[in-house]
Amino acid sequence: MSKMFSEENKAAFCNPINLNNPIAVQVLGICSALAVTSQLKPAIVMGLSVTVITAFSNLIISLLRKTIPNRIRIIVQLVVVAALVTIVSQVLKAYVYDVSVQLSVYVGLIITNCILMGRLEAFAMQNGPWSSFLDGIGNGLGYALVLVIVGFIRELFGFGTLFGFNVIPKCLTDAGYVNNGMMVMPAMSLIIVGCVIWAHRSINKEEK
Amino acid sequence: MKLNTNSNVYTVVYAAVIVIVVAFLLAFVSSSLKATQDANVENDTKGQILTALRYDKSEIDVKQTFAEKVQDMLFQDGQLVPYEGKFLTTYGTEIKNGNLHVFVADTEEGTKYVIPVTGRGLWGGLWGYIALNEDKRTVYGAYFYHESETAGLGARIGEAEFRESFRGKELFSDGREGIALTVVKHGTVKTPACEVDGVTGATLTSKGVAAMVHDGLSVYEDFINEQR
Amino acid sequence: MEHIISLFVRSIFVDNMIFAFFLGMCSYLAVSKTVKTALGLGVAVTFVLLVTVPVDYALQTYVLGPDAIVKGVDLTFLAFILFIAVIAGIVQLVEMVVERFSPSLYASLGIFLPLIAVNCAIMGASLFMQQRVTMEPTNAQFIGGFGDAIAYALGSGIGWLLAIVGLAAIREKMAYTDVPKPLQGLGITFITVGLMALAFMCFSGLNI
Repeated sequence: MSKMFSEENKAAFCNPINLNNPIAVQVLGICSALAVTSQLKPAIVMGLSVTVITAFSNLIISLLRKTIPNRIRIIVQLVVVAALVTIVSQVLKAYVYDVSVQLSVYVGLIITNCILMGRLEAFAMQNGPWSSFLDGIGNGLGYALVLVIVGFIRELFGFGTLFGFNVIPKCLTDAGYVNNGMMVMPAMSLIIVGCVIWAHRSINKEEK
Repeated sequence: MKLNTNSNVYTVVYAAVIVIVVAFLLAFVSSSLKATQDANVENDTKGQILTALRYDKSEIDVKQTFAEKVQDMLFQDGQLVPYEGKFLTTYGTEIKNGNLHVFVADTEEGTKYVIPVTGRGLWGGLWGYIALNEDKRTVYGAYFYHESETAGLGARIGEAEFRESFRGKELFSDGREGIALTVVKHGTVKTPACEVDGVTGATLTSKGVAAMVHDGLSVYEDFINEQR
Repeated sequence: MEHIISLFVRSIFVDNMIFAFFLGMCSYLAVSKTVKTALGLGVAVTFVLLVTVPVDYALQTYVLGPDAIVKGVDLTFLAFILFIAVIAGIVQLVEMVVERFSPSLYASLGIFLPLIAVNCAIMGASLFMQQRVTMEPTNAQFIGGFGDAIAYALGSGIGWLLAIVGLAAIREKMAYTDVPKPLQGLGITFITVGLMALAFMCFSGLNI
């Protein structure tokens, strides 16, 4: 058990969530991150889907890593990822239909999410299954974290709701508070991510 | 014996095995979830029709209520005949082909007729369902939705506030020349009997809804004018 | 014909891959430091789009769609895997052909081609195409034939090219401005793209 949670594995899990965040620091996988964050619910579903897919594709590739012929390495990775994404998208369509409509093609675009291929090449091809699995979960959650932050800000200020429930007290709206329509527009997600990167860099610089 | 993972034979066999395993896995997942997915899409459309009939779809069993209350009919040669085919989820092409679907609903407040309409908004397609009262002169309820209107502006046609404003509107003005029910730019309502106030800041989407309502109902004019 | 032109113009300005859907962001941000390289990548993306989207369209209509091969068989669940395989294959093929027949073009485009296989814009265009095939024919976004598919691919590519060259030009000028330290580089680039996206929203009322 102690081996399962060694320093190294802990680092593999924790680093991407903060210090090595895939979006804020490595700028990977932002394509699909931006379009689905106008509300919290799709942002969370997207983040979880990516976490599941990175974790399991890391696990599978790590198990197969000694058997994969070098020449068709990339194709094998792509096939594994595409298969996992197909399964996730089918499950979403069957059990959370309304969210899958909101996510539309962006579920399919997880295949081309650079986080996945990046982690498979850089980590899973060299490391054992358990630490690869943790690395996948860590990177997925790091990605989800930024999505949730952006989704939170945009839903709160854009719609005045969180998870669809109204959170702005009525006295404020009576006093003339209006939801900021700008926040709902896709362009704002870019600007918010820019600010998140700004904050992240300022904080981490102080720590070092 | 150690396998040479770089030999041609190994590579080809490996690729073949992976492809076969993946294909079977996906086929299995897809076929086992297919029924649930199709039911979801159907229930979504049924839920929209029931919303037009002023049901709250979070409070009812959509599938059961639809089966009990609503009948999918076609308007052919001046009369309604039951529709026998598979339940459809889009109606634009159907109506274009002359298959005029009418959903006849038996609610607590009497017989209602739901007419599907489709149109174009600012960014993409719009669609909706308009429920008429038994006299076919006034609107009982409506439901609208969109593919990709701007959230917070055009997208508000999907909200309850907008569809509520259709309630009780008249289809024809006193002069009676074609459908008069329409949506006008926000704040310019002149004849409240048959004009609906548009969405603030979304004039083009509102125009799209107006065109959709007008064109959609005009196709059904024979049905609407049919005397009972 | 009218529909093709409308589709073409719409996909450049209104349904812009970058500003409306954020597709191909990773390489968009990484390769937009100078106008010259940006132009190179833009042309490469347009070229690959122009080849893959019609091929994927053929696959969708004649192989994957409901009742395409055998009546009653719907193979849509294989779409993700087939599309990504087609993209990876075509990128390889294009690379080999360009290298063989035009070494000078290869020298300028060659380094970008491997990047494109994981560019979300290509996969995204294929998935949007798949979505648009099922739309109502009256819809301005409907794709109902090879002409439509080619117009859509070319328009999306040119839109992408326009976006990346524009950003590169701004970034070249921005080298001389005084940006707060933690915001430098990525942060400010995100915010710039956000502002460009806001500017592109003025095309949204475009109706042809």
